[in-house]
Amino acid sequence: MVVSLRDTDWDGVRLHVVTGKGGTGKTTVAAALALALASHGKPVLLMEVEDRQGIAQLFDVPPLPYEERRVAVAPASNGHPGGDLFALAVDTESALIEYLEMFYNLRQAGRALTRLGVFDFATTIAPGLGDVLLTGKAAEAVRRKSGGSPVYGAVVLDAPPTGRIGRFLNVSSEVSGLAKVGPIRNHADTVQRVFRSPQTVVHFVTLLEEMPVQETLDGIADLKEVGQGGIQPGAIIVNMVRKCLDLSAKDPVTHPRELEKLMAGLKAAGLAEDGELAADLAAELADEARTQRTQAGQRRLLDAAGQPCYELPLVTEGIDLAALYRLAESLREQGAA
Amino acid sequence: MTAKPTALAIDQLIDDRRTRIIVCCGSGGVGKTTVAAAIGLRAAERGRHVVVLTVDPARRLAQSMGLTALDNTPRLVDGVNGAQEANGGSMHAMMLDMKRTFDEIVEAHADPDRAAQILANPFYQSLSSSFAGTQEYMAMEKLGQLRRADEWDLIVVDTPPSRSALDFLDAPQRLGRFLDGRLLRLLVAPARFGGKAGLKVLNAGFGMVTGVVTKIIGSQMLKDVQTFVSAMDTMFGGFRERAEYTYRLLRMPGTAFLVIAAPEHDALREASYFVERLERDGMPLAGLAVNRMHRSPTARLSAERSVVAAEALRAMPASESSQLAITALNLHAERIRQAAKERRLTERFTAAHPLVPVAHIPAQPEDVHDLDGLRMIGTSFGPS
Ligand SMILES: Nc1ncnc2c1ncn2[C@@H]1O[C@H](COP(=O)(O)OP(=O)(O)OP(=O)(O)O)[C@@H](O)[C@H]1O
Ligand SMILES: Nc1ncnc2c1ncn2[C@@H]1O[C@H](COP(=O)(O)OP(=O)(O)O)[C@@H](O)[C@H]1O
Ligand SMILES: [Mg+2]
Ligand SMILES: [Mg+2]
Repeated sequence: MVVSLRDTDWDGVRLHVVTGKGGTGKTTVAAALALALASHGKPVLLMEVEDRQGIAQLFDVPPLPYEERRVAVAPASNGHPGGDLFALAVDTESALIEYLEMFYNLRQAGRALTRLGVFDFATTIAPGLGDVLLTGKAAEAVRRKSGGSPVYGAVVLDAPPTGRIGRFLNVSSEVSGLAKVGPIRNHADTVQRVFRSPQTVVHFVTLLEEMPVQETLDGIADLKEVGQGGIQPGAIIVNMVRKCLDLSAKDPVTHPRELEKLMAGLKAAGLAEDGELAADLAAELADEARTQRTQAGQRRLLDAAGQPCYELPLVTEGIDLAALYRLAESLREQGAA
Repeated sequence: MTAKPTALAIDQLIDDRRTRIIVCCGSGGVGKTTVAAAIGLRAAERGRHVVVLTVDPARRLAQSMGLTALDNTPRLVDGVNGAQEANGGSMHAMMLDMKRTFDEIVEAHADPDRAAQILANPFYQSLSSSFAGTQEYMAMEKLGQLRRADEWDLIVVDTPPSRSALDFLDAPQRLGRFLDGRLLRLLVAPARFGGKAGLKVLNAGFGMVTGVVTKIIGSQMLKDVQTFVSAMDTMFGGFRERAEYTYRLLRMPGTAFLVIAAPEHDALREASYFVERLERDGMPLAGLAVNRMHRSPTARLSAERSVVAAEALRAMPASESSQLAITALNLHAERIRQAAKERRLTERFTAAHPLVPVAHIPAQPEDVHDLDGLRMIGTSFGPS
């Protein structure tokens, strides 16, 4: 077996949970991270839990059934071939049927119960139940072995957004009114053992905007509050970063000398210039400078959180498979995988 | 042949005294809360007596409206222009507390003993704080209450941050259906159904159903549900009725839906779905507001010429002024492309829905967290 010599920031971590405010790029980043991890040669499983078929869309494959499917192969690196990337879309009902089958041999009954709406009902009155089943599937994939060694080098979980992540991961470990004894309870305990081990971290995807940054910081603080025995916060991944123009010069709107320089520059470029174009462009520069200042402020807040921080560029032409590979490469270069 | 939409005339809408409710909806993160507050402020400053029902304002925005506690009570917002004048308007704002709203319904419909019993029930507690759809239901419920109170002449409603705008319309009925649901009743009160002919067969399978449910959620929980259901028995019909009342309210002529979207593919697609749904249900649509549009930069210089000029400068000996001009030209080209892309996306919406009025709200360079910021958003409504 080929073992990469490179150290990453997450050596020893096998379950990467990816959260963030809605729309910040959780699914995209989770997929890129999974590809990056797979480039070490072992197969990696990318899981989604929100009934959205986001992964299928991203990899441009038909909707995923409740079954682990190979969706891509990681690029070769350091002279060894890349590992396979598998994907799985977990839904509560299938996970529950699988669970009942495992413990009670109830597969046939499962169908009938579905028709009666029993599962909807059960997960509705016990919302924590669905979460235990979904996280349970992730824990199972992490622990699964074949011939004595783990089947997957790593599992990446495209998790619910920050607003729901605490409840989803059962961060503060209140057993949410679920059966206090019995198999579901045992199941929940097993799941928590995996999530609360050093094998698991939670990464936060954010943009350089106030609300996603706030949610990231709150989320990390929540995890840290539990501390020892809790779930470990992982990296902050700043997504959709626009490449910054260097605005080190003084702001030409308020500095007449700068405005003159700008005018001179435009003239030199052969643009007929009566001062109005320069004024307009100066206003655009000033606007940009303000945006950059705001973003720098958000970045400082993120830095202060004390977690490893990675950045991914805004891909202006949209995310396709090629872009995903580039994002994966970038994550690797930054030490994420 | 790009379709040109009608401009959404927000002032006309808020100045029309017959407008009593404006619902701001759209997918998550597009600016519903911000736009709802901005419209409320603008209407107040144009003389209306407004209450804004917000669901999840950013912390600083909430503070700027004087919403420091989640107390389910409308608070008078300070700093509204014209509020001191004789025929000036006013603005109240409140943040929805879904659990408390739920509690209040229970308290209003049950005698004190029974209410206390329900409120203490563990199943009720999880239902009222976490059921998917409770927030939407309670937003609707609160809207109904505010409307009945009739203390304000305009109610502006923000909607919960669900993935799909449709949830706001559908979730309350889903909750109502669930509470009214046959399975819920069957499961907890089999005796009542047992005698009737034809249910015998169902009853045979019934033991298995309870068996499985007990296995899954445990017998304690099932007991909690049973206690809850028998305590709530008299109220169930009420839930559906209340949801239906608000739904009817939403279809009345005094209501206007404003769909908010970001100039992005996903958000506009959601907006499309929602607009189609409103049309199908005969709900009054005021228009689409595309929020956070990047201003079209100066038209004096095209992106192409900008790039060519920057290239030309790069070929010359570098100087401070050429550096500055290159930066400015690159930025300009990037902004034109961004604005053009956003325009293209909104035009696609208009091609599909040519009759829907559209407003463009420019992206502010910073987040919006004070009345000035809200005012700016209010001013920018209109054609771009
Ligand atoms: N680095 C990037 N550059 C450009 N576009 C991006 C980038 N990352 C994500 N996107 C785009 O942003 C949108 C949202 O991304 P994605 O679906 O991954 O977010 P999410 O956080 O999973 O959203 P949700 O909360 O809805 O699940 C998609 O259209 C995606 O293609
Ligand atoms: N036109 C705008 N310009 C700049 N920032 C905006 C604009 N509209 C909204 N925002 C910011 O975007 C974030 C999300 O807005 P919010 O109104 O809370 O969205 P929603 O209610 O749809 O989830 C807030 O931080 C808000 O200040
Ligand atoms: Mg996603
Ligand atoms: Mg909101």
